[in-house]
Amino acid sequence: MDIELSFIWAGIIAFAVLAYVVLDGFDLGIGIVFPFFRHRRDRDVMTNTIAPVWDGNETWLVLGGGGLMAVFPLAYAIILPALYMPIILMLVSLIFRGVAFEFRWRTHHESHLWDFGFWIGSSVAAVMQGIALGALVQGITVSNRQYAGGWWDWLTPFSILTGIAVLVGYALLGVTWLNLKTSGDIQARSAKLARPLSLLLLALIGIVSLWTPFINGRYFERWFGWPTAFFSSFVPLLLALCAFALWHGLTHDKHLQPFLAALGLFVLSFVGLGVSFYPYMIPGVLTIKDAAAPESSLKFLLVGAAVLVPIILAYTGYAYWVFRGKIDPDEGYH
Amino acid sequence: MTFLGLEAEMLARIQFAFTVSFHFIFPAFSIGTASYVAVLNAIWLWKRDPAYLKLFEYWKTIFAVTFAMGVVSGIVMSYQFGTNWSAFSDKAGPVVGPLMSYEVLTAFFLEAGFLGIALFGRKRVGDTAHMVAVAMVAIGTLISATWITSANSWMHTPAGFSIDPNGVFVPEDWWQIVFNPSFPYRMTHTVLAAFLTTAFAVGSVGAWHLLKDRENRQARIMFSMAMWMAAIVTPIQIFVGDLHGLSTLEHQPAKIAAMEGHFDTYEDGAPLILFGIPDDAAETTHYAVEVPKLGSMILKHEWDGEIKGLKEWPRDQRPPALMPFITFRVMVGIGFLMLGTGLWSLWARWKRTLYETRWLHRAALIMGPSGFVAVLAGWYTTEVGRQPWTVYGHLRTADSLSPVSAPAVGASLLTFIVVYFIVFGTGVYYLLKLMRRPPTPLEDHELDLGPIRTAGITPGPSQDHPLGGHHGH
Ligand code: HDD
Ligand code: HEM
Ligand code: HEM
Repeated sequence: MDIELSFIWAGIIAFAVLAYVVLDGFDLGIGIVFPFFRHRRDRDVMTNTIAPVWDGNETWLVLGGGGLMAVFPLAYAIILPALYMPIILMLVSLIFRGVAFEFRWRTHHESHLWDFGFWIGSSVAAVMQGIALGALVQGITVSNRQYAGGWWDWLTPFSILTGIAVLVGYALLGVTWLNLKTSGDIQARSAKLARPLSLLLLALIGIVSLWTPFINGRYFERWFGWPTAFFSSFVPLLLALCAFALWHGLTHDKHLQPFLAALGLFVLSFVGLGVSFYPYMIPGVLTIKDAAAPESSLKFLLVGAAVLVPIILAYTGYAYWVFRGKIDPDEGYH
Repeated sequence: MTFLGLEAEMLARIQFAFTVSFHFIFPAFSIGTASYVAVLNAIWLWKRDPAYLKLFEYWKTIFAVTFAMGVVSGIVMSYQFGTNWSAFSDKAGPVVGPLMSYEVLTAFFLEAGFLGIALFGRKRVGDTAHMVAVAMVAIGTLISATWITSANSWMHTPAGFSIDPNGVFVPEDWWQIVFNPSFPYRMTHTVLAAFLTTAFAVGSVGAWHLLKDRENRQARIMFSMAMWMAAIVTPIQIFVGDLHGLSTLEHQPAKIAAMEGHFDTYEDGAPLILFGIPDDAAETTHYAVEVPKLGSMILKHEWDGEIKGLKEWPRDQRPPALMPFITFRVMVGIGFLMLGTGLWSLWARWKRTLYETRWLHRAALIMGPSGFVAVLAGWYTTEVGRQPWTVYGHLRTADSLSPVSAPAVGASLLTFIVVYFIVFGTGVYYLLKLMRRPPTPLEDHELDLGPIRTAGITPGPSQDHPLGGHHGH
């Protein structure tokens, strides 16, 4: 019983993190590609496509973090100090990009400063999330229920690579979102930008995927050993399918397809990570079961999550539906 | 290792105090404004008096800016438990974590999910669904306050748990955990504090505009509404504050001793020390100005009640006295000033001079920031008075810290200080700018004016104009 609950929770936390990555991913992506859209008016339209939903998107990050503390407190207590610097930098970046939504409308003279803040905040937040991920994949030194590594352990060539991969990936989500939500010039330019970004992202996914198995023997075993290789080979196959759908959509002026395909790339990469990690929370050190909070905590929160998550998904979906369709550039939200 | 001569523990405490103080300034205001705009919108729908719609639009923008700052500073808080207080998270996470996760599930998603519709969606969803969205945001902020004060109260008056060999708090009875002894008082006192903070901020804006133009109808309405809140809620708040203090006397008597500046135990009637300077090292309160026996009367409701002094506890279990002593007096002092303002407004109302009494307007103007000061003073009393514990009586602050080095905490602290002052300083400036706009837009509200399509005029970007740039200038 105990085991099952912690695995259910691992699934829920993974879902929250994935929901965060894909939802806030396209928000952050819009910030990341700001430099390619120089006109004030374009930027207004771009931020307006996400103004009504960004806060909800970011809330998944709070659920991921808060949920981790609630149901896997030991993992939370080890991972956060281990990733101290990237986390702090991510938080500070999220401040800049979060307030920019409101602040850029409150001033004539300084609005380009907040646009800059929006860009740098989005970009640094994305890179830091990627670095945090890479550092986690590489492994964390633990002794006596505590992080036991150094202050700079997170900074390695591999984590920098994953940082860049996430940056590019979010940018791609952002432009495919714009391709879906805008029309005219902004859309055309987004679609054009999406092509090099797609190629770059696929190349980065390729490099990271080939590198990962060599970081740790267990990952290698998982991906190339028999019989797990049979199942794990589905991931690259589906990835190829998404890549094709993405490219086809972009070259055939489809609006929804590239966005969905880009989401697919993220989901599959995430599943790939899951394949590597399982059954660990912190690779090689802490299993899902060992990290879990006492059963009474897991149960208490699960009751609420089972009822509330579907309701949340319903009204979040409603909010997206209310603001559905192409944005009317003249309909200011501010 | 130290950073600027400070240990990691001290730096982490300063960082927590700094970030949470900044964070709480925004909820203190957004909890109140969320309910206020919901009320304004409801009155508009009910009476169809455009003055209320204008007020809704006016405060809605202010609310949106405050809310955005509350969100981003709050996200920092929820990660800070892991970065700086990982030992606390490991041990108390199983209890505090689910409470905060329930806050996310029941409150944060609700606020965020309906915020877009409440701010931008009236035309898209129609009046009724829009009203529901506005109400959901307001309810979300109240649910949020409930869970987080429950989590915080549990740290003051822990209940319903056992402790396992690793030192982990294992929840045994969730009912006792959520409804721990100090929770009802702290929750009520904090929510009322948020309402009062908003009331005095709104009253101050109303007073400012009345001083400029006595006839402004919107300014009159907001001033009047705020003064009703002040007159009705302040006495309730003082009453609840008294109950809160009695509960603290029962569960955390050392905190009360610190707040009162009592080092010695008084067996037959403690004085009320009005002013003085508590000195932990010398174990005495210097320059004390006291009223005999009144302390016992207030705390025990009898002249000769026994009140324990700090000397009853070993030194390493006492909170520092100076901070709670001062902040408590600041809070209570402001509470009585608020009461005075409320009573004055009742008098003026009765005399039918509410909109003419300049001195009342000036007083209300000055009282604008009072709620923020009182709220922070109250939290400092509460939190410093809990020291040296994070979970009162069970987990010491010193044992709650992450294994991080002082330079790491110090560097992040400096980063936060710089960023917060720049970002939130600017934000507060924008808020003041928004409040300076007269609440009388010359053009009309969003229902009359559809999205602007005036040839040649690009929708203006800035919000200098009362109803927003998109109406064109
Ligand atoms: C009594 C009320 C209260 C108190 C004591 C706190 N907060 Fe808060 N918090 C709120 C009331 C609130 C709110 C009213 O719900 C906010 C404020 C503005 C807002 O946007 O929502 C919020 C926002 C907010 C957010 C962003 C939510 C989102 O994404 O929409 C987070 C993560 C936190 N808070 C976390 C914390 C933590 C970890 C605290 C403890 C140290 C804390 N808050 C103290
Ligand atoms: C929003 C209002 C709050 C304010 C203004 C506030 C203020 C403070 C201050 C000033 C300290 C430092 C005390 C000292 O070191 O002497 C502190 C410590 C702390 N508070 Fe709060 N607090 C608030 C809410 C909360 C809540 C809601 C929680 C938890 C759910 C919390 C948890 C803690 C913890 C874990 C510490 C430990 C660090 C320490 O003791 O210094 N606080 N807080
Ligand atoms: C004048 C009468 C008041 C009394 C007797 C009073 C009493 C108290 C007491 C005893 C505490 C500390 C509780 C503890 O932790 O042990 C407290 C905390 C607090 N007070 Fe007051 N208070 C008064 C007025 C106010 C006002 C006017 C405000 C704000 C507008 C306010 C806001 C707060 C807040 C935010 C806290 C911290 C949270 C909490 O513990 O509830 N108080 N108050």
